[in-house]
Parts: sequence; C-alpha cells; structure tokens
Amino acid sequence: MADAVLFEFLHTEMVAELWARDPDPGPGGQKMNLSVLEGMGFRVGQALGERLPREMLAFREELDVLKFLCKDLWVAVFQKQMDSLRTNHQGTYVLQDNSFPLLIRMASGLQYLEEAPKFLAFTCGLLRGTLSTLGVKSLVTASVAALPTCKFQVVIQKS
Amino acid sequence: MSRPAHRRPEYRKINKDLFVLTYGALVAQLCKDYEKDEDVNKYLDKMGYGIGTRLVEDFLARSCVRRCHSYSEIIDIIAQVAFKMYLGITPSVTCNNSGRSEFSLILDKNPLVEFVEELPAGRSSLCYCNLLCGIIRGALEMVHLAADVTFLQDRLKGDSVTEIGITFLKKLDEKKYRRKK
Repeated sequence: MADAVLFEFLHTEMVAELWARDPDPGPGGQKMNLSVLEGMGFRVGQALGERLPREMLAFREELDVLKFLCKDLWVAVFQKQMDSLRTNHQGTYVLQDNSFPLLIRMASGLQYLEEAPKFLAFTCGLLRGTLSTLGVKSLVTASVAALPTCKFQVVIQKS
Repeated sequence: MSRPAHRRPEYRKINKDLFVLTYGALVAQLCKDYEKDEDVNKYLDKMGYGIGTRLVEDFLARSCVRRCHSYSEIIDIIAQVAFKMYLGITPSVTCNNSGRSEFSLILDKNPLVEFVEELPAGRSSLCYCNLLCGIIRGALEMVHLAADVTFLQDRLKGDSVTEIGITFLKKLDEKKYRRKK
C-alpha cells in the first residue's frame, strides 16, 4: 500500500516546487505560495473527511471532533497521535506535536525556523478541510518555536 | 496486544488516500498554473525525479534486494518489489528489444487514478501520472543508470492499458558496478 513516505516525499517536493518558481517572492509573494499550499491541503482534507467511515464520526460535541483530529486523523496521516490538546473552552484549541513528521527531516532547533511555515501550510489546510467536512468552520494557523515541535491553532468560526 | 494503531486497516486506507488525493490536488494546481499540457507533464516529471533520487535510498533500506547483473533483473525488482511496496500493485513486464535494454511496465491497476474518471476538459495530452516516470528515472540515476522513461499508453487517454516504457541508455558497466560494492 502507498507508504507514508511517499506522501512525505511528495509534500517536500511540492513545497520546494512552489517556492522554486519565485525564489525571492517578497512578503506578498510568500503569502501567495503559503495560501496555495493551504488551499491544496484544504481540498485534500475535505476529501479525506468524506472518506472517513461513518462510525468514526459520531461526535457529541465540538471537543470530541478535536480529539478525533488529535487521535484518529493524526494517527492515520502521520502514524502518531498529537502530543497535547489545550482549549479555552471558548472555541480556540491549540494542538501541539512535539515531533511533527514533516519537520523531522529538517535540523532540530532554531536553524530553519524561517522555512518551517512552508512545511506547515498544507497541514493547516488539511485540518481546516477535514473540520469543514465534519461541519465545523474554522481558521487554522501554525507556529513553530523550535523544530520539530509545532503548534496548530484552531479557532472555530461561529456562523 | 492489538496491532499498533497506525496499522489498522481503516488508517492504512486513509494514508493511501492521502497520497493519491494530494497528488490529484497537485495536478489540479499545476493545470491552473500552466496552460500547456507539456509544461504540466514536464513539471510532474521533474518533481518525480526529485522524489525518485531520495526514494531509492528509502527503498534500498527497506528491501533486501541483491545486486543486479542485468537490466531485466532491475526491471523485475522495480515491478515486483518497488511498485508493490509503495503502490501495492505489481505491473507486468515485457522486453521490447533483442538487446534487452527496452522494457515496458504494464499497469493493470493504477492507484494514482483511483479518483480520476477522465482527463480534465482541454487536457488531452496531459500525462496524469507523469510523476511515476520521473520517480523511476531519478531512482535509476542514483544507481548510476541513465534511462528514458515515458508513458507509451495511457488508459486515461483512451488506450486499452497504461504502459510505461523504460529504455536504458548506457550499457551497464559490470566491472565498475562490482567495484562499487
């Protein structure tokens, strides 16, 4: 079956490719590339959400959805669970991964901090897309203090 | 003890879908960015090449392939071990010339197109799976073999099968290969 490593290699290549077209995009340009990656992740997340077995999706409340992302989705996609989930119980959740697989290949620590957002954009979209299919509108951003630890912030949008 | 979580069947399916869906999103994005099919094909091949040069290390680390002494042994390993390992399929192999340097992989099933019924409108020359050609080419180059890899037939274009042609360009230098360990 398609090994997880195929996705990782493809993701790395996509990040490199979208940047290679405009090696020095400047602040506006960089946002465009990040949003392209995020948009792709969103579409994939939506499609993945549609393919999840229905039994997995009996959620009683919003927190259950986030727990599902941290456990089941993360394991299915990254072969590990999210390391911590915190919330202010008012619609903001912080998901922390202490060794995020898409960052692991980069040196740990502070060396490639500037590059890190490029490797997180797709996954932010993936989370947003999966949530969307599960009926939850959200804004997802990510931050890195030191590789390979990263935090995904999910802010639920009330319609 | 139950199996490790990520090996459960429902998770493996999600993982496989993830690659296929991401690939689809990539092709869609490239189609948005490039008007000409040849440009999309070229970029898919280039990206595949980049992946192939790194994938081969991963492959060699996971498999216990013995050293090959002929192109046909190499093709057999690509078809029966590598394709099986990464895509879960085993293409059949044919040799197309008496010099035994031109081969075809016939893909009966192709997981990359699982969610694709037909090529997008106006994209009749798109080689949807061109990433695969680049991957094979890049991987072979890392083991010092130059090859041309292209799609000879494509079910998405109306052909009856999907066929990847691999033509080795340089004679395999056996003495050099042995010394390289």
